[in-house]
Amino acid sequence: MTTFADRPLEEQIAQWRAYVSRRQALHGPDVEELEGHLRDQLVALTEAGLTGDEAFLVAVKRMGSLDALSREFAREHSERLWKQLVMAPDADESAATAPAEMPVVLGLAIAAALAVKVPALFGHPINPHDELPLFYARNASLFAFPLLAIYFLWKRGSNVVSGLWLALPFAAGGVFANVFPFPTKSDTAVLTVLHLPIALWIAVGVAYVRGRWFADGGRMNFVRFSGELAIYYVLIALGGFVVILFTFMMFRAIDMNPDWFVVGWLIPCGAAGAVIIGSWLVEAKQSVIENMAPVLTRLFTPLFTLLLLAFLVTMAWTGSPINVKREVLIGFDLLLAVVVGLVLYAASARDPQAPPDFFDRLQLLLVVSALVVDGVALWAIAARISEFGFTANRVAALGENLILLVNLAWTAWLYASFLGRRGSFAVLERWQIAYLPVYSVWAALVVVIFPPVFGYR
Amino acid sequence: MDLSKDLVAASATPLVLAILAEGDSYGYAIIKRVAELSGGHLQWTDGMLYPVLHRLERLDLVAAKWSASENGRRRKYYRITKEGRAQLAAQRQQWKAVDSTLRGIWMKACTV
Repeated sequence: MTTFADRPLEEQIAQWRAYVSRRQALHGPDVEELEGHLRDQLVALTEAGLTGDEAFLVAVKRMGSLDALSREFAREHSERLWKQLVMAPDADESAATAPAEMPVVLGLAIAAALAVKVPALFGHPINPHDELPLFYARNASLFAFPLLAIYFLWKRGSNVVSGLWLALPFAAGGVFANVFPFPTKSDTAVLTVLHLPIALWIAVGVAYVRGRWFADGGRMNFVRFSGELAIYYVLIALGGFVVILFTFMMFRAIDMNPDWFVVGWLIPCGAAGAVIIGSWLVEAKQSVIENMAPVLTRLFTPLFTLLLLAFLVTMAWTGSPINVKREVLIGFDLLLAVVVGLVLYAASARDPQAPPDFFDRLQLLLVVSALVVDGVALWAIAARISEFGFTANRVAALGENLILLVNLAWTAWLYASFLGRRGSFAVLERWQIAYLPVYSVWAALVVVIFPPVFGYR
Repeated sequence: MDLSKDLVAASATPLVLAILAEGDSYGYAIIKRVAELSGGHLQWTDGMLYPVLHRLERLDLVAAKWSASENGRRRKYYRITKEGRAQLAAQRQQWKAVDSTLRGIWMKACTV
């Protein structure tokens, strides 16, 4: 290592390094690379006869303004934390599109809100004193998702032809949600309610990445977008809940009953419009809470790992078998989905070039313990499957379990080879991204094939 | 004579790719080579090279590897990839076109 005999010079370099490290757009390896450059420059300058101080001044000056530099780094590595702190002075790009965007967003949000009320004109009213008709739940994704797709088509400047192609999946979704003669209390109808949004979300994704599904980073950005949208949506829903409470409190104080308004208009229209508004917020404020999902991931990965390990240890200690009830399979599906989500969002925030660290080991532990827990649960369910018989719900739940299990098993393998330095993290990221369509295809199968196969029950 | 900022930015990609096409290199050496080739006319702010290199890395035009340097510190070496060579050839065509266009009009200006 070239350390300079000149002690003060080493101290100056250390100070410079500390100063540069504080820049959030610059990560450890970048600082190391820049420091290497600085040292090379210093060697050359001192050899040319400059004193330590002089050389340091010249070298730092040649490195250029750190503000400009970290802005360039933030631009190049947009996945890094809190880029708005360094991007702020250079906001002219986003400002140029802002005036036109606002009316479009509001128009689409209002369109989504009104779309919810259209079926009421054709004999599907929402009655505040009845249960919500299943018609609305089955078509929930069709009110907002097509408009969201239009928003992205507009925002990305895609051409009309690709927009027409995107209309196909939504039209198909509308057909399959409504043509089947579902009786009341039909399990397959509920399955449609749950699976249609997953199937159609990928169509939104295609609009989001501007039709270039396989181009660089687009899908991972869509994954990030989905996570942030979920967070924004929950926040908006909380705010909406407060509005509802006040509506009731205030109008009841003057002896009016706002039931019809809250149940018939505020909740359904707000729920649809919030999808558009939330998406716009994620797009516009991308830089502000951009990394909320990864932060939550960091927080909950250790907790879930502990939970799973504690569960396994307790089960091994007491020897008590899993009590197989109706909901158990679905519960374990959800558990696997959470673990896949944790892996996905950890991957979305990670620098693929960084070497393995402690958090990666933790992730592997999480995935492996989830696999073991699910294996035990599946074993218990398989032992009693003959007793249950096959119904639409169980086949759907088993299929989902299988899909998530395959994903996690291969993820564990890739993690292990990455930690053993036999593979790179980019492979794992690619695997997770390549797997995304599988969820949608399976969801589409459930929507299209399950109702007729199981006699619409 | 100092080149304008836009021109420096535009020429950065072909210049870096062309230097890496000569052989693997690292940041400091690339800057030195640029100064040498341009006879000092092309003055880059040293730090600005690194975002350019990282962008080329993300686009798979160059590949990077950390390895030990002769002074014992870790150093990030860059190597041009197959895609990088293809990109370099394409850029070369474009610059040739710009160059011959300008030459054409300036030659005419001289003869008039």
